[in-house]
Amino acid sequence: MKIHEFQAKELLARFGVPVPRARVVSSPEEAEAAARELGAGQVVVKAQIHAGGRGKAGGVKVVDSPAAARALAERLLGRPLVTHQSGPRGQVVRRLLVEQGLGIARELYAGLVLDRERAQVALIASAEGGVEIEEVARRSPEKILRVHAHPITGLMPYQCRQLAFRLGLGKEQVTQAVALFTALQRAFLELDASLVEVNPLVVTREGQLVALDAKVNFDDNGLFRHKELAALRDEEQEEPAEVEASRHDLSYVRLDGDIGCMVNGAGLAMATMDIIKLYGGEPANFLDVGGGTDAKRVEAAFKIILSDPSVKAILVNIFGGIVRCDTIAQGVVAAVREVGIRVPLVVRLQGTKQAEGRDLIQASGLDIIAAETMQQAAEAAVAAVGRRA
Amino acid sequence: MSILVHAGTKVVIQGLGSAGKFHAGTMLEYGTRVVAAAHPGKGGERWGQVPLFDTVAQAVEATGADAACIFVPAGGAADAILEAADAGIPLVVCITEGIPILDMVKVKHRLDPRRTTLIGPNCPGVITPGACKLGIMPASIHRPGRVGVLSRSGTLTYEAVDQLTRLGIGQSTCIGLGGDPVKGLDFVEGLELFEQDPGTDGVVLIGEIGGQSEEAAARWLAERPRKPVVAFIAGATAPPGRRMGHAGAIIAGGKGTAAEKVEAFRAAGVRVVMSPAEIGVGMQAALAGK
Repeated sequence: MKIHEFQAKELLARFGVPVPRARVVSSPEEAEAAARELGAGQVVVKAQIHAGGRGKAGGVKVVDSPAAARALAERLLGRPLVTHQSGPRGQVVRRLLVEQGLGIARELYAGLVLDRERAQVALIASAEGGVEIEEVARRSPEKILRVHAHPITGLMPYQCRQLAFRLGLGKEQVTQAVALFTALQRAFLELDASLVEVNPLVVTREGQLVALDAKVNFDDNGLFRHKELAALRDEEQEEPAEVEASRHDLSYVRLDGDIGCMVNGAGLAMATMDIIKLYGGEPANFLDVGGGTDAKRVEAAFKIILSDPSVKAILVNIFGGIVRCDTIAQGVVAAVREVGIRVPLVVRLQGTKQAEGRDLIQASGLDIIAAETMQQAAEAAVAAVGRRA
Repeated sequence: MSILVHAGTKVVIQGLGSAGKFHAGTMLEYGTRVVAAAHPGKGGERWGQVPLFDTVAQAVEATGADAACIFVPAGGAADAILEAADAGIPLVVCITEGIPILDMVKVKHRLDPRRTTLIGPNCPGVITPGACKLGIMPASIHRPGRVGVLSRSGTLTYEAVDQLTRLGIGQSTCIGLGGDPVKGLDFVEGLELFEQDPGTDGVVLIGEIGGQSEEAAARWLAERPRKPVVAFIAGATAPPGRRMGHAGAIIAGGKGTAAEKVEAFRAAGVRVVMSPAEIGVGMQAALAGK
């Protein structure tokens, strides 16, 4: 789960991470008042959307007066902001973060992620802040510094010091950095985060370390033990079909193609997308209906695919193990009956109760293309949208 | 021959809820020796023929169980894994999906790999066809034989096994490693076991996007003469930064793409099939030395 920058900063501040003084606003009037309240001089107005790349897209600007803050708010609020991460439709700006302007001496990077190979949380830092860490990693991997938190001890002060000295921080800042890194780690562990990132982490002209931007993502598997975090979810920032899918416990990711897919199991769902592409088609989505699914969930899944206007054909690929093919067939038939279908439907049912499933589809009288193997199914779906391999 | 599980394997079930009962039932039907179930507070009772114990340690002491199969819900699964390990069970299979990643980080560091082999979590389990089914995979698609299967996926593994069986290629042991980013047995350890097993002639390896397990396997395979391996990597069309169902199936920071993994295997001289429909025929060709 992703949250907004202002939420991430509020959370991190609770753990003792220094953040700029700021107000969250949702109207031009509030923006003007906030700028005035924050005092004389410059303020920074930051569009609150989940996607990164806001600065380059014009969503983050320094203004000189409350009136300018108001004018900028009028331009940003209520409109989608398109960044290189937001997708072509962008994400709607409902709130702005109005922050005190700081005099900046240096910009650094600090972030915590899971290092899968070592099964440990890693603190990553770089003296190159303000740019995407992936870019730094690509261009100059030697500039990425890394220490690991052992599950028993966590990050030790010496590890934080080591990192701080290697970042070239002065004695004063090293003490601050140790406290800040330790606080970031506590937040990561106590909130079941999957990412805690401060980029840039700035040293002000006065020598203070401040988290100028912050990003916190949560491990979805850990959310059940942090009920209070559910309130931070902003469904408007997510793809509507993905929100609907999550309500039905379905795993759905929208893609750019035109062949809708419904598959059981994540690996088979990915493989189905791959084989569509291999035969010259483009998948419209990833959709895993799950291991222990029932007809109701299949019906919901099918409706989500049908709600995507770019879908020109649908491929249902089921390998029945625990899931029975007749259950899937019931769900598909029920969904088609209820909402109708204007595009070709290819169904491949294999495994448990496959004969019963195929009979149900046959008996429904619906215009369905049956396929035996994955290859036949992919070929039929690609042919149906008129793009033969 | 086979690896990890065989006809003599004695299984204790942890988590006898509706899913646990259903799958334990299919395991019994297959002939697996389910000798006990741990159910705190129900020690002394029975589920059908299976005796229940309050703790896994009691179950081990009374029955000599040497494998555990865990269906405990996500919040208690880490506890269940360590209970089994501390009871001295050498093989622990955790089917449970959705365990918090930080729980698995602790488990991973707490387990002693010399004493405990963990399979999973978030996996279908392990099967030695005709001898022992320890998990939730559909039994009917498997045939006893001499090809090993190692996979991060569930249903895609069934698809691959089904292709093998239809071609008349039976399996020695099939292992679902699970779809989580932090897990027990990984490709390299699985390959080592199959390499040493005289009952295995070749290995099907099914990887997916995310992490570096496939790259590690490729390095391991490049370093020695070995049995034929056929690999497929799922997720060539997956967009970066999006979790594709499995918690571990995500291209993060531009790393862990299917293309990199395919390239790593090819560089190691491993046969890679690009179509999931060609896993079976790929193995057939590899066994024939083509």
